[in-house]
Amino acid sequence: MYSIIAKNISKKYKKVTALDDISFKVESGKIFGLIGPDGAGKTTLIRILATLILQDSGTATVENLDNVKDFKKLRDIIGYMPGKFSLYQDLTVEENINLFATIFGTSLKENYDLVKDIYSHIEPFKDRRAGKLSGGMKQKLALSCALIHKPKVLFLDEPTTGVDPVSRKELWAMLKKLAQFGITILVSTPYMDEASLCDEIGLIQGGKLLAVEKPSKITENFSKKLYAIKHSNPHKVITTLRGYEFCENIYPFGETLHYIDKLENFKENDILNYLEKNGVESASIEPIKATIEDCFIDLMVGGR
Amino acid sequence: MEYSIKAENLTKKFGNFIAVNEITFDVKKGEIFGFLGANGAGKSTAIRMLCGLLKPTSGFATVAGFDVFKDTEKIKRRIGYMSQKFSLYDDLTILENIQFYGGIYGLSKKQILEKSNILIDKLKLGDIKNELIASLPLGWKQKLAFSVAIIHEPEIVFLDEPTGGVDPITRRQFWELIYETAAQGITVFVTTHYMDEAEYCNRISIMTAGVIEAMGSPSELKKKYNSDSIDDVFVKIARG
Repeated sequence: MYSIIAKNISKKYKKVTALDDISFKVESGKIFGLIGPDGAGKTTLIRILATLILQDSGTATVENLDNVKDFKKLRDIIGYMPGKFSLYQDLTVEENINLFATIFGTSLKENYDLVKDIYSHIEPFKDRRAGKLSGGMKQKLALSCALIHKPKVLFLDEPTTGVDPVSRKELWAMLKKLAQFGITILVSTPYMDEASLCDEIGLIQGGKLLAVEKPSKITENFSKKLYAIKHSNPHKVITTLRGYEFCENIYPFGETLHYIDKLENFKENDILNYLEKNGVESASIEPIKATIEDCFIDLMVGGR
Repeated sequence: MEYSIKAENLTKKFGNFIAVNEITFDVKKGEIFGFLGANGAGKSTAIRMLCGLLKPTSGFATVAGFDVFKDTEKIKRRIGYMSQKFSLYDDLTILENIQFYGGIYGLSKKQILEKSNILIDKLKLGDIKNELIASLPLGWKQKLAFSVAIIHEPEIVFLDEPTGGVDPITRRQFWELIYETAAQGITVFVTTHYMDEAEYCNRISIMTAGVIEAMGSPSELKKKYNSDSIDDVFVKIARG
């Protein structure tokens, strides 16, 4: 059973192609992560699915409701949390919650079970104006408001951008719980390391989906042998290996450099010898498993 | 050993509130140092003191060899600064931005001309140097913003969340630029709350509630806190 189905969605803003033939499906009660950098098309795709803008071509359904024909019904069953804080800053926490509840013909009491875990963190501050809340609390209020009408599908646009690591962890724990209530969640993020927290992910770049898979599957599908090279002068190692005839790719990755060789049967010592011959001593090299970010880079290079 | 920053018991109080509480650390010349902390931990206050923008309450610190109490004007001339949020003027062209920053950082007309040519060649912006900044993709803006922040060859450059939001390839090109700069002897001081940016630094410090709680290379800290990422280290420290 699929909750979200997008088929061949395209969207242009004047000359800029924001989305180019996007197709994917999300199963009910799953967390789907839309992962990509700024300008990849994440917000445009979410806004189309949430009936806020129209696609140029293609079709999309959410819980079998068409995003164009059935937009009114669709709005009743989704929750949407935009990337920018969009609640009323001059209303209190409680007033904001009540406003959203009333718009959807419900009350805080009626759906308290669903929002309890999140709302209880901010309930002690219910008389405080939303504009005076800290970043983490604002986010909890926005999430409570998006959930107050017990939506079947939740759209979250970059909820963890600019949020400190502790609040990020809390948010992901909340999303896991909501998925257990049977809510389908589509969440966008620029953080590659959040991929493993999703049931399935779509890697998006330049308006195109590079891959749609389970996160573990994407890393398993990385077909090349990847190595981590460590040295105190990464700049020297990079410039040296860029001149090596069998170097397919080398790039910085945290404390190490990630290296891919062109030869199938290459030996780690070949690299160390080449480096030593060129004046780079005491480097170390070891095989490693690819991360989602390595896969993203590989897919970007392949697509060029 | 040469140091670009030396701080001993550096403290800033606002009334009764201690924003920065006796921090002690140093940064070596040519090092890439990550300065981490949650919002409100005292990071910005510490950086403003190091840049000569805010007078400390007590303690001692030198930046590029100059005293943060007395020599603030000299410090300002020996540092560069780049922030993701604010760096280049959208309504000026690429060339105008380079010239403007060259002027701000005190270069002569002749130096500005020379530097602009070198920079435009290096970043391969020759064909579009007369276009407005607004038309440049984010990744290019970041590279240009970084390059103008070091146009006057400062002793140390401060970077505020330099690589947020860009794709993984562009991001790595940016880090290569940082490595190259550090290899030339310019010290790089990165503040960020993107923990994966921290993994690229030679050493990092983590601040909570005005105090430096942990300091070391990313691998040392991961080992010490038995974590597989700096993100995890940060969460362990922040939760106490």
